[in-house]
Amino acid sequence: MMSHRYTVAALGLVLGGALILAALNQLTPVGSPLHVPAYVVALVGKYLCFAMLALAVDLVWGFGGILPLGHAAFFALGGYAMGMYLMRQIGTRGVYGNPMLPDFMVFLGWKSLPWYWTGFEWFPFAMLMVVLVPAALAAIFGWLAFRSRVGGVYLSIMTQALTYALLLAFFRNDMGFGGNNGLTDFKDIIGFSIQSDGTRSALLVVSALLLCGQLLVARFVVGSRFGKILVAVRDTESRTRFLGYRPESYKLVVWVLSAVMAGIGGALYVPQVGIINPGEFSPANSIEAVIWVAVGGRGTLIGAILGALLVNFGKTWFTSALPEFWLFALGALFIGVTLLLPHGVMGLFRGRAAKPAPAAVAKGATA
Amino acid sequence: MKRWIFFALLAMTWLTPGAGRAQSADEALAALASTSFNTVREGVEALALSGHPRAQAIVAALQNGKLLARADKALFIKNDDGTFAEAATGAPADVPAAALKPVRVNNAVRGAIEAALGVLRLFAPDPTARLQAAEAVFRSRDPAALPALERALVAEKDPKVKLRMDQARAAALLALPSATEPDRLAAVQTLRTRGDIEARSTLGNLTGQSPAVAEAAASAILAIDRTLQLWSVLQSIYYGLSLGSVLLLAAAGLAITFGVMGVINMAHGEMVMIGAYVTFVTQQVIKTNFPALYPANLLFAIPLAFGISGLVGIAIERALIRWLYGRPLETLLATWGLSLMLQQAVRSIFGANNKDVDTPSWMSGATELGGLTLTWNRMYIVLFSVLVLAALMAALRYTSLGLRMRAVTQNRRMAAAMGIRTPWIDALTFGLGSGVAGMAGVALSQIDNVSPNLGQSYIVDSFMVVVFGGVGNLWGTVVGALTLGIVNKFLEPVAGAVLGKIVVLVLLILFIQRRPRGMFPLKGRAVET
Amino acid sequence: MTEADTLLYLEGVTVSFDGFRALNALSLVLEEGEMRAVIGPNGAGKTTMMDVITGKTRPDQGKVIYQAGTDLTKLDEPAIAAMGIGRKFQKPTVFEPLSVWDNLLLALAGDRRPKFSLWARETANERARIEHILETVRLTEQRQRRAGDLSHGQKQWLEIGMLLAQEPRLLLVDEPVAGMTDAETEQTAELLRDINRTRAVVVVEHDMAFVRALGVKVTVLHEGSVLAEGSIDRVSEDPKVIEVYLGR
Repeated sequence: MMSHRYTVAALGLVLGGALILAALNQLTPVGSPLHVPAYVVALVGKYLCFAMLALAVDLVWGFGGILPLGHAAFFALGGYAMGMYLMRQIGTRGVYGNPMLPDFMVFLGWKSLPWYWTGFEWFPFAMLMVVLVPAALAAIFGWLAFRSRVGGVYLSIMTQALTYALLLAFFRNDMGFGGNNGLTDFKDIIGFSIQSDGTRSALLVVSALLLCGQLLVARFVVGSRFGKILVAVRDTESRTRFLGYRPESYKLVVWVLSAVMAGIGGALYVPQVGIINPGEFSPANSIEAVIWVAVGGRGTLIGAILGALLVNFGKTWFTSALPEFWLFALGALFIGVTLLLPHGVMGLFRGRAAKPAPAAVAKGATA
Repeated sequence: MKRWIFFALLAMTWLTPGAGRAQSADEALAALASTSFNTVREGVEALALSGHPRAQAIVAALQNGKLLARADKALFIKNDDGTFAEAATGAPADVPAAALKPVRVNNAVRGAIEAALGVLRLFAPDPTARLQAAEAVFRSRDPAALPALERALVAEKDPKVKLRMDQARAAALLALPSATEPDRLAAVQTLRTRGDIEARSTLGNLTGQSPAVAEAAASAILAIDRTLQLWSVLQSIYYGLSLGSVLLLAAAGLAITFGVMGVINMAHGEMVMIGAYVTFVTQQVIKTNFPALYPANLLFAIPLAFGISGLVGIAIERALIRWLYGRPLETLLATWGLSLMLQQAVRSIFGANNKDVDTPSWMSGATELGGLTLTWNRMYIVLFSVLVLAALMAALRYTSLGLRMRAVTQNRRMAAAMGIRTPWIDALTFGLGSGVAGMAGVALSQIDNVSPNLGQSYIVDSFMVVVFGGVGNLWGTVVGALTLGIVNKFLEPVAGAVLGKIVVLVLLILFIQRRPRGMFPLKGRAVET
Repeated sequence: MTEADTLLYLEGVTVSFDGFRALNALSLVLEEGEMRAVIGPNGAGKTTMMDVITGKTRPDQGKVIYQAGTDLTKLDEPAIAAMGIGRKFQKPTVFEPLSVWDNLLLALAGDRRPKFSLWARETANERARIEHILETVRLTEQRQRRAGDLSHGQKQWLEIGMLLAQEPRLLLVDEPVAGMTDAETEQTAELLRDINRTRAVVVVEHDMAFVRALGVKVTVLHEGSVLAEGSIDRVSEDPKVIEVYLGR
């Protein structure tokens, strides 16, 4: 099987690459030509987190036919859950030295920790929330949306409205998540200094491991009978219904799974970039994640990872070399991929063998 | 306190009919020429109540340091062009500047000048000035102004001004210790009739009144509160309508491209943005080249914005969208990319900063209607959106292009079979939607910052409006826009602006669950296929 | 006719779209194991009737009683499908990106919940059933092909195969022979008669020759209600039918 070879290769590359980078950072002296500076380690770690988001998007878009324009919301929620844990680890080392309250709460004159911050100082609880919070939001939203058969573009626009509403909400100071500035100035994570090279290398390897784990989970889901039904639902929803399947249940399961994957990506993203703020909720971020998938090749899983890495390397290069042209390049990428490369980079590899046939939706009112 | 007794006494003497008027005016003028601040002050106060026709001009000149005295105590006013005029008559006077000395003032005199000008404005020839003077007295509740008010009331012809003066008199009377109870009760009644926030605060600040008056005041406050509440509801509706009309303008173009054609154009907001920049450029060009046309610059900007945004729209349809028909999700992504490029292009050309777009004078300001404040620019935008919508509906219904557009969107193959050039109609329809978006940009340039991000802030809202109203239905778009606007404005005072918006978004998400096809869905078999 | 023999009973079913009455107080009785042909001019309400029975459209008025106890108008499509009502669309509707085999696998009667399908493994029993259906619909050779690559006629047969896999008690078939060659039409009639041996079938069709070949009771719909009912010979002599349908 073609896809199995690709999967194994992808797993090897991601994990091997991360290990080599981490090893070169840890085992070679600074100044050595082989030494990988810490910022590169953090940067690659960040890309791997984006790849998890891309994988999550591909699962629902490529196989469930739901184009999500708000998946960054789940990513950011996972990130905030991790950020809350990291905030609580600061302890008395904050500017105000308050042992209970994060700096921004002291600054706002709050007397005690809001109830929803309870337990976040405990790592296992925080990690549970990384999974549960995006899952809960996805479950509520998905249950409402899929049950009433909202689909296609409507659903996409609603996901965008969702992340937009969260963006506005998290900007508010009285939400208790640091408002505009978000959560930052982290000190350490489960006892290790967040700034140290060792922690950064470890985070990179953990990100690679989790990405590989997510890829395997996604592969399993897509390859199972569930995955076949999902594809059937994507292309011919009414047929599945007349066969006795409930498309909404299938969509809901894959939607929640995808939200959890995105949330885990966000949770690993925060310690590696050192900040989480409401900007992560902005609709533009979510749409950018979609284009990573489109560049790599929708419905291929590996393509999503590849696309996330390619586009983000490109973004890093562009924003330092030709900052004014980055948006032109990104815009052109959106247009070019949809017009000229509908199957993405993976489509080039596979030739015309396995086309993920997108449903030809009739033009007009039902579009 | 001392001053109002003084005024009152002066007024008494003045009010007594017969002799003394001319004399007191002359005396007042003479006092102004004095070197003693105290005498000057008394002169100002006397002059204010003298009824002298030039009293206002003289006191104003004094305030501006333009009142000069000769050694013989004759007074002159220095004109702006450096010539002099006799203060008492206004007749030109040929006096050497060296012989004149300005009348000096200190803080006490300045205070008297302020008060005098206030009273004098009650007699100003301009009714608006008199109205403002009456309002000033109403707010100050200064019993010292009572005598002047009484006199002004007798002379007043304009019923509106007279009403305001009457109300001012009532407010001042309630603060006059010597006023009788029936007078006070009548005054409370007058304030109750007035029924606005000022009247309420006057009534609320009453102290030391008899029980009967206090009770009347309390019941008047209740009545006013009810009225105010009603007005505030109406005001919210007006704000809501005005927001709704903005949403309607932004969404009207989308109702064509998304609602009628089914094309998801994420660059729709950028068509609006282009319209706003066209307005900016038009204004700049007219300002420098045809200043005479400047007041009407928006009238030029409207067709230009329609044309340019429309052409850009046609170009987009031909170059991009026509390859993606039947693939709505791909269209969404490609047009999103396009919107990024358009934003960056505008940023590169015009810079990232906000551009100042002037509001023509005929569009600024506000008018009062009962307890409502209606700002002109918002009124014009409401009007404009109605006109745009009417034109759009007429174009779709009555023109042959509109007929062909409807034919193509309803049954493409049949229309093609009947000889309609469908690709051309697609391009024109898309151009029409984009052009309408451009016109929305002209309106938005009047109330929002013109920046490359202008369109972004409206795109989510516009889609919401179209989805809420029901796709493919312009009336649905109208109702959707107005409902969203009004709901938003009613939530704002309760929940705050940001939270209000969030609540609206969440309500919308819930609404779409219940009615996935909007409020006014298209029904029937056609929808299913 | 006893109640126990009644499989499906439509009573006064009315559906309107924007004032247009697609079904107008339609009443119809179908017996257990019966095959029924439904004919009528365009817009007579044939497809809407199928939509109502399968839960796609909810009627404004009226009841649809299935197996003498369940009102189908209260249920949605998956629930109705689970009760043993299968439907074949006018346009062949199969899962194009999946193989013929997988199409049948998904159609096989069984647990429809996501939890089950995530861990499900193909059983020997399932394989045997699929093999059997493949033979019935003559697609054994095509089992590994993408359903989207099949010919039009093959897709029609695959869809019928999927319906068989679903093991329904009642099969609704919408214009099964549209676009088929004469030979294919003949084979389809044979297949339907074969299916009818174990379950009830309702066929909506335009092709009078095909209806005649089926040789079953015919219901003529006109403007949303039943115009005539009986054998094909009897209805085709009915003056009302001739006027609205055959005469045109």
